[in-house]
Amino acid sequence: MSRASHAELKLEDETFLTDDFLRQLINVGEVDILVGLPTHNNAKTVGSVVDAIRIGILRSFPRERAVIINADGGSRDGTPGLITGMSIYDARPASNLHALRTLHSISTTYSNGTSGGGALRTILAAAELLRAKACIVMSPESAKTQPEWISNLAAPIYREGFDLVAPTYRRHKFDGLLMTNLLYPMIRALYGLRLREPYMPEFGFSSRIGSQFLGGNGWSDRNGTGTELRFTLAAIKGGSRICQAFLGEKDHTERRAADLVPALRQTVGPLFSAMEADFPVWSTVTGSNSIPTIGSDHELMLDPIRVNRKRLREMFATGVAELESVFHLILSSSTLAELQRLARLDDEAFHYPAELWVKTIYEFAAAYQKSVINRDHIVQALAPLFRGRAVTFLIENRSASASEVEVNIEALCVEFERLKPYLMQMWKSRE
Amino acid sequence: MREMIVSELSQALHELARGFAHYLPRLIVMLILAFVGWLIAYAVKVVVRSILRLIKFDKFSENTGASQLLSKAALPTAAEVLSRFVFWVTWLGFILLGVSVLGILGLQEQVGRFFIFLPRLFVAMFILFFGLLAASFFSRAALLAAVNANMRSARIVSMAVRTVIVVFVFSVVFEELGIAEQTMLVAFGIAFGALMLGLAIAFGIGGRNLAQRFLEERFVRGRKEENEDELSPL
Repeated sequence: MSRASHAELKLEDETFLTDDFLRQLINVGEVDILVGLPTHNNAKTVGSVVDAIRIGILRSFPRERAVIINADGGSRDGTPGLITGMSIYDARPASNLHALRTLHSISTTYSNGTSGGGALRTILAAAELLRAKACIVMSPESAKTQPEWISNLAAPIYREGFDLVAPTYRRHKFDGLLMTNLLYPMIRALYGLRLREPYMPEFGFSSRIGSQFLGGNGWSDRNGTGTELRFTLAAIKGGSRICQAFLGEKDHTERRAADLVPALRQTVGPLFSAMEADFPVWSTVTGSNSIPTIGSDHELMLDPIRVNRKRLREMFATGVAELESVFHLILSSSTLAELQRLARLDDEAFHYPAELWVKTIYEFAAAYQKSVINRDHIVQALAPLFRGRAVTFLIENRSASASEVEVNIEALCVEFERLKPYLMQMWKSRE
Repeated sequence: MREMIVSELSQALHELARGFAHYLPRLIVMLILAFVGWLIAYAVKVVVRSILRLIKFDKFSENTGASQLLSKAALPTAAEVLSRFVFWVTWLGFILLGVSVLGILGLQEQVGRFFIFLPRLFVAMFILFFGLLAASFFSRAALLAAVNANMRSARIVSMAVRTVIVVFVFSVVFEELGIAEQTMLVAFGIAFGALMLGLAIAFGIGGRNLAQRFLEERFVRGRKEENEDELSPL
C-alpha cells in the first residue's frame, strides 16, 4: 500500500486528529523512530528534554528517519512553540554531530483537556500513520533527561525486536513508595513479571503493541487517568516481549503525580480496573519471573532526607477513625479491627506489618471489583492506609543500606505472592 | 288499616329486595375485583421482589443509607418494603375500582383523586430514593476529601453536606406530594439559612487559621515547597 493511500485509509479512523496535524504527518512520510512528548505548561523544562532527544537521535540513530511528536494539552506558556522552534542544527555545535536526515518536530493540541490519555492516543495514532518502527514517549518534566535515554529506550525495540521497554531509575530509597509498596509487588504477584517501574513516565514500544492498544475498545470511556499503566498492563496481558532499561537518576522535581490521591487514581484505580478484565490471565499465574534488563534493574540513593513520620502516622490514625463507616463496606471485620488497633498505637510502637498491608490491598481490590461503593471513593479511601504503611517502611529502612532496602522490598513482594490465594478467595466469595 | 300496613310493609320489602338485587351483582363484581386484584397484586409483588433481588437493590439502598433508616425504624429490607408497597398500591387500586362499581356518590370522586395522586406518589418516591443516594454519595465524597486534606472536622463537614441534601430532598418530596407545601418551604428556608449562617460564622471564627493556611497553600507560590516533607509516591 502506498504511503498516501495508507494515510487516506487511516484518515477515516483518526478523526480526533486535526486536519492541520494530519497534513503535517503526511508531509513527514514514514519514519523509523518516533519520539512522543506529551506536554502541558512545561516551558521550564521542555527545552533541555528536547535537546537531549535531538542529541540522542543524532548519536544513536543518525541514519534513521525520526520525528518528534508533541501532543500538547493546551499550554499557555508557549511550550509547543519552544519544541517546534528548535532546530536540529541547535544540537550540532554542542555535540559535534551531523544529521543525515531531517528531524521533524510537529506539535498538536489534543482535544480532551490535559489528560495523559489524549496525549498518548495522539502519539499512538501518529505512530501508526507514520508506520514508525520504534516509538518512545518522554516525560517533559525531567530536567535530568540524558541523550543516552533515547538509545536505551529505542534500541531494544528497533534492533532487538522487543515490544515494550520499561525504564528503571536511580532513586532515593524513600522515593516512589507507592511503587515499591504496592504497584511493583502487586503487579509482580498478579502477572508474574518483575517489572520495577510499571508506571512509566518514559518508555519505548513497538508499532505492533501501539496499534493494538490504539485499536482497543474503551477510549471513549477512559478519561485519560492512568492510561500509561493501562498500556503496560495491556502489553503484559498480550504476551509482548518486554525488557527494562536503566536510564539514570529520576528527577525529584518531577511531580506530575506527586500528590497521593491523584497518584492513586492514576495507578491503583486502573490496576484494580484491569484486574476485572484480566482475571483469566492473573488467576492462573503463580510465582514470578525476572525480565531481561539492560543495565541495573534498580539503584538506590541513601542520602538523608527530612520526612515528617509523625504527621503521616497521625493522618493514618485520623483516617482510620473518620472513615470507619467507609472501611466497614470495604474491609473484612478482622482487618478493620487490626487497623483500628494500629491506629491507637503511639509512634514508637507503630508497625503496619506486610501481611496486614497485603490483605488490606487485596480486600480493596475485591471491593473495587464488587463496586461496594463508588469506585473512585474506594481508591481515595486507600490514601490514609497507604500513609500508615509508608510510616512502617520509613521506620524499617531508616538506617538500612541499599541491599537491606532491597531485601525488605523483596520480602514484601514474596508476601504479595504468598497471599494471592487470599485475593482469589476474596474475589470469588465476596458478596 | 291492617291492609294498608301489610301493603306498605310488602312494598318496602319489595324495594329492599329490588335494591339488594340491584346492588348484589355490583357487590359481587367488587368482591371479584378485590380477589382478582389481590392475586394480581401478589404476582406483581413477587415479580418486583425478584427483580429487586436480581439487581441487588438491597446493596444499592445500603449505599444510599436508606437501609440504615429502615433498620432503625424496625422495618424489613428496602426490597421487601418496596415490593410490599407495590402490592398494597396495586391491591388498593383494584379495591377502589370495585368500590367505584358500587356507584356510591362521593366515593367515586375520592377514587378518582386517588388515581390522580398515584403518579405523584411514585415521583415522590423516585425523588426520595435518588435524593438519599445523592446525599450518601456527596457526603462520602466530602468525608474522603476532608480526611485526605487532613482537616480535623471531616465528619462534621460530611454530616453537614448530608443534612443539607436530605433536608432539600424532603422539602421537594413534600412539595411533590402536596403536603404542607408552604410550611415545608418556609421550614426549609429557615433550616437552610440557619445552617449556612452557622457554617459561615463557624468558619469565620473557628476556621480562620485553617482558611488562611488553605489560601496560602493554594495561592502563595513556594509555601508548599517550604512545607514539603512528604515523599513523591511515584
